[in-house]
Amino acid sequence: MNELKLKDLYDQFRNPKIIKSLAALIEKESIKFKTPLRIMEVCGGHTHTIMKYGLMQILPKNIEFIHGPGCPICIMPKERIDHAIALANIEDAILCTLGDMIRVPGSKSTLAKERARGKDIRPLYSPMDVLKIAKENPDKKIIFFAIGFETTTPMTAAVIDHVLKNNIDNVYFHINHVLVPPAIKAIMDPGKAKINAFIGPSHVSVITGSKIYEPLSQTYQTPIVVSGFEPVDVMEGILMMVRQKNEGRSEVEIEYKRSVTREGNLKAQKMINHYMEPRGHFRWRGIGDIPKSALKLKDEYAMIDAEKVFADVLSNEPIDDHKLCICGMILQGLAKPKDCNVFGKVCTPNNPLGSCMVSDEGACNAYYRYGEIDG
Amino acid sequence: MGKRLLLSHGGGGEESNQLIRELFFKHFGNEILLRDEDAAVLHVQNKIAFTTDSFTVSPIFFSGGNIGKLAIVGTVNDLAMMGAKPLYISCGFMIEEGLLYSELEMIVKTMAEELAVSGAKIVCGDTKVVPKGSVDKIFINTSGIGEVQASDISAHNLEEGDAIIVSRDIGRHGATILAQREGIDIDSGLSTDCATLWPMVERLLDQNIIPNAMRDATRGGLAAVLNEWAMTSDICIELEEQSIPISDDVQGLCEIFGFEASDFANEGTFVLAVKSEYAQKTIELLHTFENSKTAAIIGKATTRKKQKVIINTAWGSSRYLDLPKGELLPRIC
Repeated sequence: MNELKLKDLYDQFRNPKIIKSLAALIEKESIKFKTPLRIMEVCGGHTHTIMKYGLMQILPKNIEFIHGPGCPICIMPKERIDHAIALANIEDAILCTLGDMIRVPGSKSTLAKERARGKDIRPLYSPMDVLKIAKENPDKKIIFFAIGFETTTPMTAAVIDHVLKNNIDNVYFHINHVLVPPAIKAIMDPGKAKINAFIGPSHVSVITGSKIYEPLSQTYQTPIVVSGFEPVDVMEGILMMVRQKNEGRSEVEIEYKRSVTREGNLKAQKMINHYMEPRGHFRWRGIGDIPKSALKLKDEYAMIDAEKVFADVLSNEPIDDHKLCICGMILQGLAKPKDCNVFGKVCTPNNPLGSCMVSDEGACNAYYRYGEIDG
Repeated sequence: MGKRLLLSHGGGGEESNQLIRELFFKHFGNEILLRDEDAAVLHVQNKIAFTTDSFTVSPIFFSGGNIGKLAIVGTVNDLAMMGAKPLYISCGFMIEEGLLYSELEMIVKTMAEELAVSGAKIVCGDTKVVPKGSVDKIFINTSGIGEVQASDISAHNLEEGDAIIVSRDIGRHGATILAQREGIDIDSGLSTDCATLWPMVERLLDQNIIPNAMRDATRGGLAAVLNEWAMTSDICIELEEQSIPISDDVQGLCEIFGFEASDFANEGTFVLAVKSEYAQKTIELLHTFENSKTAAIIGKATTRKKQKVIINTAWGSSRYLDLPKGELLPRIC
């Protein structure tokens, strides 16, 4: 038997023949549309796939994408980025966080600038690295600024579990884990959004199961298809939505069957629910206040809750984006990035005025980088 | 406990002298260096190319190389990319006190071995030892002079129709350093591509293949080189995604962390723009070298969208290949 190569694992999901034939099938079905199919891909990972692989260019004009709020960096309001900066400035603190958080501007600074000023700030490859850092620095306060949707929450819960069970006394958690369903509800409830189908997030759904989308699909009468992140996955997911539309169905379906079940990862769900609970409300950059849309540590874990332990240096005064920013409209499918007066001029990836320009996965950022080549 | 570098080794006295003679002269020795004058006196017949670079890397030893190899390869390759035969190198060490002598010796030996590949000589140098914490173990600066063998190789000279060629699979150095620095424990054959490029360049020039442009894809990777060329030559560069050689090991790391191989640094990989009629011959010549046996034609210069680099997919869509952003950060989920 030949050795299994990594390429063998993803090759079929990027196979040009399959992608072309899916495009042809979608085209054929879409001729029957009386109105356009306006798909929101909730997750930033899907935005990335659609833009990187140029999928819009091979789809018919009556299929449109509205790039959703599913990037944990983009939706973080400035006052909470300021929290990270304030925590990094506490004496003897080591602030640990993930990915793009390092370069996102708060109201006055970024973590990258604070690091250059000598603050100890560490981008992690795995949340479990927090444990190693804590062990190596027993005299320091290790503060984990935890971000992400349902996908990354179990890892934070696992670190919390380890810290508490092993009596590690120098680790604190600032929890910014947010939830997908309340965000979709917030976008759809005002009734103005021009969205009539959803690509369900891949890895969020691995944890939560596809069941969390069932009430949404019923309430808003929209197909929701949970798809994987490869181009073949996204194209197949779109074909499933197109067929639902033509057959008059509004159901939750799973394209990403190799990883997602209806019930999800029950062990992960149990661990999250053991340590965390929904907070009253959370302010989403670009959308606004959404009730019960994020998690916090339960009160009995106040001793490791950075929001409580270091409350005296953390302000919760809301800081809004620039008046000219239209991210809210973009997220509802009411405007495209190029409709914005500041897009690409004052607002660029190096100087984002609003949420959609902030990270690689934001709609404006993706348009800015990948653009419309022959348009 | 092994012998360690002390502040006195950089003080100019007896210990300095001993270090120079027992280590640097022993391994780098040549008639110019051994004259031990205040400055090296050099004979050069023709037009010369001159370049400098400073090297800092963590960890200083990595799979397939070390900081010493980088310091030679980096400068020698910059000369080679201008069609210049590397001749004379200067070398400055800034060493953190407490560095193991055995580690410095290993670095110096590697440098001597790498110099032999191009035939360049270290003709002058300097050593400073600084207090703990002032530098991270060791920094090296090298400058180099090479004799220009072929003029008109320039980032300004790309023309419509030029074939774009990459000398091997991309991203190995960046991926190797990242994996080792972050302690990413992946069972793979990943090692740096760090290598002297002069032998390949010399063969091409010998065969009268004079590229319009050549550049080693160091920091910023393939993406940076092509964007620089598109800007300076006011041209569009179009790549065919499926033609870009990427090894399984590098692609695997990219898949896990959300990186692009085209953003990763290389230390022994160069990009060439050659007239299309020379493209096939160039590939054939490159394939005769171990370090460039995966060389491939990856695209061409066009006028589709000037000053931009475009990647065409195998299913008929296109996207821009942008300059990488400064700090590579892994994706969140």
